[in-house]
Amino acid sequence: MAGSDSAGASRQSPASAEEERAVASVRGVEVVVSLLLAAFAALMAHDNWKSGAGWASDGPKAGYFPFYLSLLLGAASVYGLVKAILHRAGAGSPFVNRDQLRRVMQVLVPTFLFCLFTQWLGLYVASFLLIAGFMRWVGEIAWWKSVLTSLLFAVAMFVTFDIAFDVIMPKGPLEALLGF
Amino acid sequence: MEALGLLLHGFEVLLTFKTLSLMIVGLVLGIFVGVLPGLGGPNGVAILLPLTFTMDPTSAIVMLSCIYWGALFGGAITSILFNIPGEAWSVATTFDGYPMAQQGKAAEALTAAFTSSFIGSLVAVLLITFLAPGIASFALRFGPPEFFAVYFLTFCSFVGLGREEKHKTIISMSLGLLLTGIGMDTVSGQLRMTFGSDNLLRGINFLVAVIGLFGISEILLTMEERLALRGHAAAISPRVVLRVWKDLPRYWVTLLRSSAIGCWLGITPGGAIAASFMGYNLAKRFSKHKESFGKGRIEGVFAPETAAHASGTSALLPMLALGIPGSGTAAILLGGLMVWGLNPGPLLFVEHKDFVWGLIASMYLGNIVGLVMVLSTVPVFAAVLRVPFAAIAPMIVVSCAVGAFAIQNAMFDIWLMLLFGVVGYVFKKIGIPLAPLTLALVLGNRAEDSFRLSMIGSGGDLRVFWSNGLVGSISTLALVLLFWPAISGGFGRLREMLVGAKS
Repeated sequence: MAGSDSAGASRQSPASAEEERAVASVRGVEVVVSLLLAAFAALMAHDNWKSGAGWASDGPKAGYFPFYLSLLLGAASVYGLVKAILHRAGAGSPFVNRDQLRRVMQVLVPTFLFCLFTQWLGLYVASFLLIAGFMRWVGEIAWWKSVLTSLLFAVAMFVTFDIAFDVIMPKGPLEALLGF
Repeated sequence: MEALGLLLHGFEVLLTFKTLSLMIVGLVLGIFVGVLPGLGGPNGVAILLPLTFTMDPTSAIVMLSCIYWGALFGGAITSILFNIPGEAWSVATTFDGYPMAQQGKAAEALTAAFTSSFIGSLVAVLLITFLAPGIASFALRFGPPEFFAVYFLTFCSFVGLGREEKHKTIISMSLGLLLTGIGMDTVSGQLRMTFGSDNLLRGINFLVAVIGLFGISEILLTMEERLALRGHAAAISPRVVLRVWKDLPRYWVTLLRSSAIGCWLGITPGGAIAASFMGYNLAKRFSKHKESFGKGRIEGVFAPETAAHASGTSALLPMLALGIPGSGTAAILLGGLMVWGLNPGPLLFVEHKDFVWGLIASMYLGNIVGLVMVLSTVPVFAAVLRVPFAAIAPMIVVSCAVGAFAIQNAMFDIWLMLLFGVVGYVFKKIGIPLAPLTLALVLGNRAEDSFRLSMIGSGGDLRVFWSNGLVGSISTLALVLLFWPAISGGFGRLREMLVGAKS
């Protein structure tokens, strides 16, 4: 599972970092984040305007408080956007370089797959796969150690949560087979 | 002296085999959380919160607060032995702690760190014991306008006094407040900002957000930086402990000063991080041996550790007495209280005496037990750091997912956690602070409710926030703090002008 992830990560890095080593600059990311936040604020403002952002006979309507908050968020994001665009000095400071991005993807992609697998296989099987795969392919730890560690961890989690503390986790076909 | 009687009763509540063993479990888990890179106080408590859902509130809060104490103790271990601060508030501890370890005095440095942590939190707990009941009974007179003014004050002080760029603090805070509004409106029962999604109907649970923002994002950052752990081994012998303790009275000024700084910054939402740096800098400024700081001076360990712990502990004072957390972790403990149906704030002292005094008693006991435990088990926890990160990272991810799922039994929350993890990573890298977001997520609903109740009471007249002396002075103070940079800048210019006119 993690094998395909690292391939995915290495496919992605050369494409996004053509000549520079830095994949993105802090300034570029600030611009993108400000735009996203401003868009989010606009969406929220619109929705709250529809729910009623004014005053009813008994005080502010449901949308009043969040409406003005979305205006505040929008204003602060636009300010941040303008500042990031105008601020030319120090624009070159890198957000991540290729090597860093590759390492971040090494954990982000498996985590994403783990979430996906949890839906079908249940949390315990997915966590076994995540830990064993991560230890083997990212950490380059011996097979038997990886499998043994993750098996022990998954079983310990199952005993702690599902049995000892009665906190029920999502389960899949394997648990059904074992009768839980 | 009513407080003492109630405190003794609190100890009675605690001294059962079950509570004591939960306390020890909590401390061990907490030290683990503090030692491991990629896990810290806030998300450690958030992840472990589901474990306590089936317990009674007193046992649960005892275990959670012990996780908190453990995390505070644990941060020092990595700072001193590995030169890696396990927590942001232990950064200042590395300045002198790590040089001491390099000189073969790791045991002394660790003893100094643990002892001063103990002293710092003891001072803060004493403060809580004697001050909290008074503040709570004073706050019983608060109505919705007063509460809204206090929330407003908290938010304003973050914007005005924070060291981050102002618009970034505002972004973080307004985003948090907006996110709490999603779902069912508690006053009118109307749905808002759900966009027809069933999953958003429940609203965004702040624990899910915290686990993502702190837990997942911290893993991403740790992977990016690729930590290489090269540390010093240490075991603490009773002889070393006694030697450090014998020297302790010589540093009473430093200890007292740092405790005071810590308590002050803990109660106001400045936090343990600022306190530890301030404690260190002041100790250096007032020392006769300035030049020896940073080269392994034991005072340089005492000062930040005392301040960090005093502030970490006193952050619980406004949480208990007013329902306003003084730190991120206190915010999560507050979230925990609400999960068990306890409403933090002044009424807690009246309605749930047993619970409050059990918690305060557990602060005393947890610190004593914690001190003994860390002093005796340092080698074990130092060994944990030698486990490869490739094994620890996925286990932390799984623990985060378990924590996020267990809160509402929703798969959607696991996805939300992942999203918040990415958001937290990006925000940290571009300097948008996460503490205001956390605080807003916790306080958002209460702030909105108190605002709307005040408005309903006054018929929509904003002057209600200046309607009497109490609420008026809180609101005015809030505005002063909000514009503090401008005001202090103005005063500076005025003084310059006066000085210039004289000469």
